[in-house]
Amino acid sequence: MDAVYDWFRVLYDETGINLPFLYDSYDRNRMFQGFLTTIWLSLVCLFFSVIIGVIGAWLQGSSFKWTRRIVNGYIQIFRNTPPLVQLYFFYFAIGTILPRVENDWGGQSPILGSFAWAAISLSFFAGAFNVEIFRSGIEAVPKSTVEAAEALGFTRVQIYRDITLPLAFRVVLPALNNNLVNLVKTTTLAYAIAVPEMLYEANQIWSDNVNVTEMMIFMLLAYFFLVGILVSGMNRWERAMKIPGYG
Amino acid sequence: MGAAYKTDLPVMMAPKAPEREPILPHLRAWHIVPLVALCLLASPLAFAAEHDIRQPSLSVLVTWAPLLMKGFIFNLVISVSAMAVGTFAGAILGLGQLSPSAPIRKVAWLITQFFRNAPWLVLLFFAMFLLPFQISFFGLSIPLPDWFKAIIGLSLPVMANVSEIVRGAVNSLPSGQWEAANSLAFSRRQTMWLIILPQCVKRMLPPWMNLYSILTMATVLASIVGVNEVMTLTGQALASEGGRPDLLAPFYGFVLLLFFIYCYPIARYTVRLEKKFAVIG
Repeated sequence: MDAVYDWFRVLYDETGINLPFLYDSYDRNRMFQGFLTTIWLSLVCLFFSVIIGVIGAWLQGSSFKWTRRIVNGYIQIFRNTPPLVQLYFFYFAIGTILPRVENDWGGQSPILGSFAWAAISLSFFAGAFNVEIFRSGIEAVPKSTVEAAEALGFTRVQIYRDITLPLAFRVVLPALNNNLVNLVKTTTLAYAIAVPEMLYEANQIWSDNVNVTEMMIFMLLAYFFLVGILVSGMNRWERAMKIPGYG
Repeated sequence: MGAAYKTDLPVMMAPKAPEREPILPHLRAWHIVPLVALCLLASPLAFAAEHDIRQPSLSVLVTWAPLLMKGFIFNLVISVSAMAVGTFAGAILGLGQLSPSAPIRKVAWLITQFFRNAPWLVLLFFAMFLLPFQISFFGLSIPLPDWFKAIIGLSLPVMANVSEIVRGAVNSLPSGQWEAANSLAFSRRQTMWLIILPQCVKRMLPPWMNLYSILTMATVLASIVGVNEVMTLTGQALASEGGRPDLLAPFYGFVLLLFFIYCYPIARYTVRLEKKFAVIG
């Protein structure tokens, strides 16, 4: 492996193409940590946004008018405002109101860090889209299927969990995947509140090494492949989940 | 039987006139309530802690509002220009994806996928840092200001998305259209321009408007790279007020409100168009 690293150092000396995240162990470590943070942030947001979507879609089918209205209001607000401003609103406006806790070295630190706020804000943002996506899937489930389940004595929760959701899930999978891919791309916004994800670490490296061009091209390729792998994995999953003759 | 007879059969009901959906059916007073409540509730919470004789946060917001609105208009200018550039480039790229020649098709596909998979912020950085600050043209140097580079940076993902919209719309037309045109001895170019594309405009309009709304919300990203738009101005206004924590919620809430007021009607109208065209298509 060292030979490969050395090769990139030689490449820099010979051609001026500076890729410090390959030959310098400190920068390599930073970049790798950034990559892990991006993956981890994406996974956390994926998980919570799907949960928000499922619960929201269930609440939208509620018989209380005000429950439906609140869920609708949530969707419209989060869909029609910029995610970056939402992030700032959560991190700066709500984050400063919350109580502060004492940290290990006796200072005061906010109760939730930038990573937590990014996760919360992006989950709510993607969740708003997921609610709509799941709702459209639930509407696509034939009413007669639900009625049949009712006739068999399933309760409302059971019908939702065992009948509607598995069927709706297959209908919504393409739209859901699209949204999840978008979510992974949106994690770059966490850069703005100094979450040490990939773009942030790349920025650190190009500030230290003045190699903006190389880092920028590397970032584009990195995200291209990251998202490309995700898309092809999702497509494969879509095919695997398919029920013959349905949807 | 008789008067006591009750039914829920649709044929027994009085006929109802079909409801025509207005553009803003749900934009009632309560819709604004959560946003305003957030602004109002959050500020006194922070303000209650300190008892100075400073201006209340809302009147500070009123003082700054005209400047922020000007910044917001600049956002709209960026969004419209980026949409125009992106649509033009994307239409060409989309037609390239439908080209009969395989190399053109593959190259167009690759460019589309590349710019679609890259995050908007990364593309914006890309345009910001890699475009020169001025270009020399026959000894004439034309400066490239930040906002111009932001427009280019934002139009790249728009281009890729428009390309996909064009390809999707053309492919969604039944192949009978092509065959019918062929049998009437239209050339390929004539079929495309006279028969296929006019039908596609209707199908492309809702996703195109959706994209515009996404783009408008993405213009705030330009603040990260230092363009003087609404978010940058908000940050500067907050700094010049001395970084008071009770101002944060009203100011950011105000920016959210501006975008909501602009984007919500577009979203409603898009849904309406989708419904309208779904019946015909």
